Amino acid sequence: MWQWLYRLGSPKLFYDMTTGFLPWLTIVTYFLLIVGLVWGLGFVPPDYQMGDNFRIAYIHIPMSVGAMGIYAMMACMAAMHMIWNIKLADLVARSCAALGATYCALSLVTGSLWGKPTWGTYWIWDARLTSMLILLFVFIAIMALRSAYDSENSGSKAASVLTLVGVVNLPIIHYSVVWWNTLHQGDSILGVSSQSANPPEVWSPAFFVGLGLIGFFFQALIRRTRNEILLHERRSQWVQQLLTSKQLQE
Amino acid sequence: MNLSGSRQTLGTGASLAATLQRELLIILRSPGDIVNPLMFYVIAVSLFPLGGQADAEWLSGIAAGVIWVTALLAVMLSMESLFRSDYEDGSLEQLLLSPQPLYFHLLVKVLGHWLLTGLPLVLLTPVLAMMLALPGEAYWPLLLGLLLGTPTLNLIGAIGMALTVGLKRSGVLLAVLVLPLSIPVLVFGSGMVQTTLNGLPYTGLAAVLGALLVMTVSLAPLAIGAALRISVN
Repeated sequence: MWQWLYRLGSPKLFYDMTTGFLPWLTIVTYFLLIVGLVWGLGFVPPDYQMGDNFRIAYIHIPMSVGAMGIYAMMACMAAMHMIWNIKLADLVARSCAALGATYCALSLVTGSLWGKPTWGTYWIWDARLTSMLILLFVFIAIMALRSAYDSENSGSKAASVLTLVGVVNLPIIHYSVVWWNTLHQGDSILGVSSQSANPPEVWSPAFFVGLGLIGFFFQALIRRTRNEILLHERRSQWVQQLLTSKQLQE
Repeated sequence: MNLSGSRQTLGTGASLAATLQRELLIILRSPGDIVNPLMFYVIAVSLFPLGGQADAEWLSGIAAGVIWVTALLAVMLSMESLFRSDYEDGSLEQLLLSPQPLYFHLLVKVLGHWLLTGLPLVLLTPVLAMMLALPGEAYWPLLLGLLLGTPTLNLIGAIGMALTVGLKRSGVLLAVLVLPLSIPVLVFGSGMVQTTLNGLPYTGLAAVLGALLVMTVSLAPLAIGAALRISVN
């Protein structure tokens, strides 16, 4: 297993493996997204209280969960980079930061668009909104720290340290604001914690969109990472060969 | 300093005492590092009545928040003197190379810094609280909160400072890194005052602040050490 992990750490192998895999992932992603969105936005009956507004949740909830998941993944990559000095892990973490910030920002935007008709305000200092906003700040801080360094190697290490500090701190931040102020409802679309569980036809599209957005994240992550690999390995022989063969084809 | 005289390695205790003494001496000999953050604290707090309203009722409502936020910013501004000069004259490298455990050295360094910047800030707070018309029963929770909270803020700030000490301009970046991570201290510290004003006991929140302090004391030096090794590299 370790052998396999170690080999996957080679940028060239990652690049070669994803070349065949990426188109399939992209097709599946768009299939899931289209099915989930058309179903969720077009065919699920409107909510008796919120009307059509609740459909925003089909995008909002996967975005929020995704942003947190992306941070977790970035933290694992940062740890791998710090402990085993795997360069590829850092390239993945670097790609995670921008995508995580995007998911986080979109989660905040969709949430506030949902909040206006439902709660009557775009923004409220509620625990979940606040901790999502802070997560966005942390993503931005990590990107800012990385770009502040002239030396790329030091920048990567510093960003990894900050990412790991964030892992310890983010749960504390989350609970500090939960105890501080809570208005946000609990999980509702899956109806796990609420008393009136939603029927399957309401939550099924959410699974499609959720899986679709996870797939979208991974295909975007792989594309970004491939670009980073090409940029960082541009002096290596295999990249030179790859580029010249591409040029010959054209 | 003391290290130069003897060839033998100092014991951990003696070297830590030397580090603390050195840290205190350095700060004492550049009074600006002590006075300027305090002046910032006083000036920034006194801007709020001028920019907002001067009536006591409004002020007492925002007093705890203003004091905590300004204290947080003042602590962060004071961090610059913690590693900057050591980095420039090379003594930070010597610290990283020294045979004694880096963990305790860093802890002692931050302690020395807190004694001369954080503690005066706490001691100055009652005057500012009076100027903001804070009700009498809220003084103890405010001071206790700051006493527990400022060392935590110092340690978190030290992580940010260690990450940015190798950069030429780190001021604004330091704020971007450290402020989001300082939010729990702010929430619980200012919450202590609010719960007291609502007639509830503040001991629970004080315990949480204490727990945060214990946690940062045990974990932050590791992060500071890792960050310094990157910066000095």
